[in-house]
Amino acid sequence: MNTAQQARWVRFTPTERIARSMVYIVVVVAVIWSLKTVEVIPEFLYDAPEQTADLLSRMWPFDWGYYPTVVHAAMIETIHIATLGTLLSLVAALPLAFMAARNFTPFPVLNWVAQFIFVTSRSVNSLVWALLFVAIFGPGALAGILAIAFRSIGFVGRLFGEALEEAQKGPIEALNAIGAPGSMVLAKGYWPQAEPAFWSIALLRWDINIRESAVLGLVGAGGIGLALNASLDNLYWDEVGLILAVILLVVMATEIISSKIRARII
Amino acid sequence: MSTSPAPNPASWRSRAFPARWNKRMAWLGLLLYVIYATSIIDVTWERFVRGIANGGTFLARMFPPETAPERMALVYSGLLESIQIAILSTFFGVLLSLPIALLAARNLMPPMVSWAARGVIAICRSFHYVIVSILFVKAVGFGALAGILALIVATIGFVAKLFAEAVEEMSMKPVEALRATGAPFFSIIFLAVLPQVAARFIGFTTYQLDSNLRNSTMVGIVGGGGIGATLFTAYRRFDYDLVLTILIATIILIMIAEALATRLRRIFQ
Amino acid sequence: MAKTEQIHMSSDRRQPALSIKALRKEYRPGQPVLRNINLDIAEPGITAIIGPSGTGKSTLIRCINRLVNPTAGEIWFDGIDMAGLDRRDLRKARRHIGMVFQEYNLVERLSVIENVLCGRLGYVPAWRAFFRRFPEKDVERAFQLLDSVGLGADFATRRADQLSGGQRQRVGIARALMQEPKLMLADEPTSSLDPKTSVEIMELLSALSTQGAIPVLVNIHNVGLARRFAGRIVGMSEGEVVFDGPPSDITDEDLAKIYGGEGWYS
Repeated sequence: MNTAQQARWVRFTPTERIARSMVYIVVVVAVIWSLKTVEVIPEFLYDAPEQTADLLSRMWPFDWGYYPTVVHAAMIETIHIATLGTLLSLVAALPLAFMAARNFTPFPVLNWVAQFIFVTSRSVNSLVWALLFVAIFGPGALAGILAIAFRSIGFVGRLFGEALEEAQKGPIEALNAIGAPGSMVLAKGYWPQAEPAFWSIALLRWDINIRESAVLGLVGAGGIGLALNASLDNLYWDEVGLILAVILLVVMATEIISSKIRARII
Repeated sequence: MSTSPAPNPASWRSRAFPARWNKRMAWLGLLLYVIYATSIIDVTWERFVRGIANGGTFLARMFPPETAPERMALVYSGLLESIQIAILSTFFGVLLSLPIALLAARNLMPPMVSWAARGVIAICRSFHYVIVSILFVKAVGFGALAGILALIVATIGFVAKLFAEAVEEMSMKPVEALRATGAPFFSIIFLAVLPQVAARFIGFTTYQLDSNLRNSTMVGIVGGGGIGATLFTAYRRFDYDLVLTILIATIILIMIAEALATRLRRIFQ
Repeated sequence: MAKTEQIHMSSDRRQPALSIKALRKEYRPGQPVLRNINLDIAEPGITAIIGPSGTGKSTLIRCINRLVNPTAGEIWFDGIDMAGLDRRDLRKARRHIGMVFQEYNLVERLSVIENVLCGRLGYVPAWRAFFRRFPEKDVERAFQLLDSVGLGADFATRRADQLSGGQRQRVGIARALMQEPKLMLADEPTSSLDPKTSVEIMELLSALSTQGAIPVLVNIHNVGLARRFAGRIVGMSEGEVVFDGPPSDITDEDLAKIYGGEGWYS
């Protein structure tokens, strides 16, 4: 229709066109391939809204009596797991981040070792870390804390390492110029510049960890997930509903608290 | 604190470096918390030490990783299903995120609409995808479908939230200019809003594809299909060598995906 | 759509293009920004609104095409009262009013030609806009307009964020002209430009206004430019018109009345 016009104005250069078309084709092919091979039973799909509605109706009214006996303590434990796990990961990630920052540690081998630890930490899901630690330490909060910490080291370390690399050279060169020792350069040159980033990364991860720690109990690593698992196995949906509501509240409260703290310290 | 000139060097020092009591109190509080929390939780040193010894035998049982062909085929089909779950959940999740995010953007929509959309996003975000997939397993049965639906919910929670924020951060000036030309609403979206946020949207999408792939390896633990199911079965049967094989395969897959996602982002930049 | 066109055609040719009656605007109740504006714009050529910052010049301009909704009063344009239009009719009416902005308000990430074609969005369905399937004659006209605002065809595929301020404002003017406007509004079109470019842009607006017989309403705070290019000056102070006449009539007393204080202008 507009062929005459395209001689004068085309939106993309031919290479751009080809690159974009390729991406679109790949997306379409990938989706169609997945749709064809994935085992989805259509009847289940049609049934889904009805089943979901049925589940929800069985959850309400909640079994409020379950809160003081089990849910409260379990939720507190979950919060402790998340917080202690986050703190532990901060302690471990801090030196590793300095090791990964190329401007602070001018040895590629050390940078690489730190990066490798980060990648390993991030590539293993916290549930898998939890499985491993449950196998080692037995079920309970200890496995949960370690799972949270090991999963978070990579996250905190990578982001904080990047923040350190963005530190301005000026103050650091000034300290080096007056012959300040390495620890002094670290404390007065790097740390003040990167500190806000550090706390904001820590808060962000804490926020994520509260959510994550709520499921660790499903594999035996303590907290509210244990209670949830028990209620699910027994098909006590009114308990499940209560637990989900409590998780929702805590997660939302965490989000509000962390954004309040962030506004104050940054 | 006082404004009069200080008579002796000691108070100069305290003026140049005022003690930051708030900060010290915060550190002290944190320390007290750690002591308190570890004391009420069942974490003991002796248990930790016993575990370390345990860990040795555990690791020993993992090596060497399982390589028997029929087990490898199991791993392969599990991974494939995880990839499919990731692709489908990202595709449909992103498709749904677009309109939800536009509805949630406070600079384009009246408060009523944006609050409703924000509520949907907040609920999608608040539950961990594993919890959501438990519910879907109960609703639609074991298998990939439950995993896909759970990750669609997670995708909306992440992509729609960030995309709505991107839309809110964009410049309203072109929007104003196009309004002034009498452009219809959707034309304004297509020509003033999307060009400003498209690059970030593609960034979020590739990031989410990456993270859906990670998560799709986990939904199987609660019955949502994919490699996670294979992993959990192996774990429960104490086939720790197979567990290690699955972990290695998963990590390789995730690393490849991360590299691909980075490439993809560059094409659209 | 055809029906509204008919109304436009049949409107009395001798009536002023724009007639503002008793216009009042309050952003916060009881604090009027515009008190009682009465203004008729009949002739092609530049009408300059001058006045101190915060006196409601921008608000006045934006009330005309209802980017800002007036609190009370009438805005007759082309035989209809803009103030009383619903969304749909407002959209149609806006197509005939071009607008040029202080900060150009281009879509930075689109090409120049796409920005110019944005002027046609009121006439083109949204799906066509999405696929950039603009009618051939629109694209042709866009190229012509690029020429007539002093940018060559080789600017067409450049991205708007690669242009200088003066070039961007030329694109902004081309976009406004693309609407085939019966009235042009310009909100501080030169305030973000250097003095030389400001003069060039005012020259361009003035030439286009005469060529196309389009009345141009410019709000401007540079009195020199206003005197040089406008056929008529409207002086505003505290939300009211305090001067209205040809540039030759404006005296130091008038300027003192508009801007307050004395002696700064000589």
